Amino acid sequence: MKSNPTEADLPIAELRKASKHFGGVVAADDLDLTIRRGEFLSFLGPSGCGKTTALRMLAGFETPSHGDVLLDGKRVNDLPPHRRPVNMVFQHYALFPHLTVADNIAYGLRQLRPKLPAADIAKAVDHTLETVRLPGFGKRRIWEMSGGQQQRVALARAIINQPKLLLLDEPMAALDKKLRRDMQIELQSLQRSLGITFVLVTHDQEEALSMSDRICIMRSGRIVQVGSPRDLYDRPKNRYVADFVGKSNFFSGTVDSVSSTTCRISTATGQMFSGISTQSLTAGQAATASLRPEQISLTRQSGHGVKVRIVALIFLGEHTEYLVRHDTLGDFLVLVPRQSEASEGRFDLGADAYATWADGAALILADD
Amino acid sequence: MRIYALAVYLFLYIPIAIIALFSFNAGKAATQFTGFSVQWYGKALSNRFVVEAFQNSLTVALSSALLATLFGTLAALALQSVTGKWRAVFDALIYIAVMVPGIVIGIATLIALVTVFNWLNPILAALWPLAETAPQLQLGYGSLIAAHGLFSLALVIIIVRARISGMDRSLIEASADLGATPFGTFVQVTLPQIFPAILAGFLLAVTFSFDDFIIAFFVAGSKTTLPIYIFSSIRRGVTPEVNAIGSMVLTLSLTLLITAQAILQRGRKSDKA
Repeated sequence: MKSNPTEADLPIAELRKASKHFGGVVAADDLDLTIRRGEFLSFLGPSGCGKTTALRMLAGFETPSHGDVLLDGKRVNDLPPHRRPVNMVFQHYALFPHLTVADNIAYGLRQLRPKLPAADIAKAVDHTLETVRLPGFGKRRIWEMSGGQQQRVALARAIINQPKLLLLDEPMAALDKKLRRDMQIELQSLQRSLGITFVLVTHDQEEALSMSDRICIMRSGRIVQVGSPRDLYDRPKNRYVADFVGKSNFFSGTVDSVSSTTCRISTATGQMFSGISTQSLTAGQAATASLRPEQISLTRQSGHGVKVRIVALIFLGEHTEYLVRHDTLGDFLVLVPRQSEASEGRFDLGADAYATWADGAALILADD
Repeated sequence: MRIYALAVYLFLYIPIAIIALFSFNAGKAATQFTGFSVQWYGKALSNRFVVEAFQNSLTVALSSALLATLFGTLAALALQSVTGKWRAVFDALIYIAVMVPGIVIGIATLIALVTVFNWLNPILAALWPLAETAPQLQLGYGSLIAAHGLFSLALVIIIVRARISGMDRSLIEASADLGATPFGTFVQVTLPQIFPAILAGFLLAVTFSFDDFIIAFFVAGSKTTLPIYIFSSIRRGVTPEVNAIGSMVLTLSLTLLITAQAILQRGRKSDKA
C-alpha cells in the first residue's frame, strides 16, 4: 500500500537527540539516527556502549530522559511497549516455557482485540513455522527444541505480528559458530523477503558487516559513525572505527603537510605515511596512519620498503597472515594472498623480508 | 563418624517408628506388642471427640492457608517493586515472623486479642440494636485462623518471592513486547510461572496449621484442634488410640510436605528449558 511516494520515503523510525540516564550514568547520549524503511541496520559496539539502550528505547522498555523517539513519524516516547507496533527477538529468546511452540508463536495474535478467529491464528502459525523452516514443530515444548530451533521460534513469534520494526538483541550470541553463519544468511534472506525493517544489536563486527545495509558504530553512549559496511571499512572516521571494522595496523605520528588530496604524517622515528584523511587535519596535529594488512606486501628484494622480520604466521587457506616486526615501527600484520606467495615463495618464521605499500595507500585518521 | 551419625538418626526417628508400630498393637499396653491389629484406627475414627477435633483442625488449616496464600502472593508481587531501605525492612519483618518462637506468638496473640475483645465487647453491646444480648467477640475459629494465617503469610511470601526472583524478567518484557497489557501479562505469564510456588506455599501453610500445637493452645479458646486433643488425652496416658491418631497426622503431613517439595522441584526444572 505504498500509494503515497512521500510516505515511503519517510523514515520508519527516528531517534532525535535521545539520551538515557540511569542515576548518574549516561547510557545513551544525544543519539540522532534515522532508520530507513525496509533497511537492515546494526548497532555495533563493545558492551556498555549504549547499543542495547538505544534498542530498548525503540522497543519502549526505556523512556528517553531527553529527546524523542519517533515511529512512522509519530512521537512515541510515552507509548508503552505493548502498544508499539514493534517486536523484539531477545538475547536469550525469552520463550514462554509453559507454552508449546505454537502457543508461543500465537501469543502476539492472541492479544489482538477484537479477537481473531482461532482458525486464522492456527493458519498464521503454521505459515510462520514454515517461514522459519520448522514445519510440524508446533506441538513441541520449548525445552524439547535445540538452541538453533529456539531461536527460530523466537523469530517466528516476532515476525508473525508483521511489526514495523523487528529488533534483534544479540540474537546469535548463544549459537555456535557454524550455526551462527547459517542463521546470518537466513536472517538476511528473511529480511529481504518479508520487507520488514530489521534493527540488530551486536558486538560482533563480522556479523554486522555481513548482514547490514548500514551500521551505526557506538562508543560510551554516543554514535561515532553511521554508514554502509563498505563506507566504514574504506572511510572510517577515526581510529576507533577503523579498529572496530576489520583489521588494521596503526602508526601514530604528527601531521607534516596537508594538501587537497593527500595528507602526510611522520612518526617520531621519521617514518613517513601519506594518504587521504577522513577528517580535516592541520599541520602539527597528532594523527594516526592506518594501513590494512592486505595493503602491505612482502618481498625478499632489498631496497624496497622497510626491513622486517617474520615473528608469527597464520595460514588461512586463501591467504597467509604474517605478523612482522620492524625496528622502530613495531609489530604489524601483513596479509599475503596465495598468488603472490607463488611468485615470492613462502616466508618462514624468523626470516627477514621487506614490507612495502603504495605511496598514498594509508588512511590518515584523527585520533577521535 | 558414621556410627555417630547413625545414632543421631536413630535417636530422631526411632520414637516416631515406635509410635507407628504400636498404633498397630492388638493389646492395650503401650510398651508391649502383643499382635497386629488395626482396631485402634477404627476406635480413633469412631471417637466423636477425635472426629470433631479433626474437623476443627481441617477447617482452621484450610481457611488460614487460603487467606495466607492469597495475601502472601499479593504481598510477594507487591514487594517486587519495593527496593532499597524499605525492602530490607520488609524482608527483616518477614523473616522475624518465621523465626519468632511459637510460644511467643501464642502468648502475644492471646494478650492482644483478649485486650482488644475487652475493649470492643462493651462498645458492641452498647451499640447492639436488637432486643437480645449482643454477641461476644471471643477466642475460637476466628482467632485460630487469624494467628495461623499471619504466620503462614510469612511462609508463603518467602516461597513465592523466591520463585518470582528466580523468574526470567525478560519473559515479562517479551509478553509486553508482543502486545499483552500488564494485566494480560500477569494472567498469561506471571501467574503460570509462579503457580507451583503458590501451590507449594498453600500446602506448607496447611501442614503448618494442621500440626501446630503451641499457638493453637493459646488462642483456641473453647475449640479443640487435633494436636490439642492429643495433648490432653496423653495426660490420661499414652494409648494405642493416640498412637493411631499420631500416625495418621504424620502420614497426612508427610504427604503434603512431599507434594509441596515435588511441585517446587518441577517448577524449577521447567525453568531450565
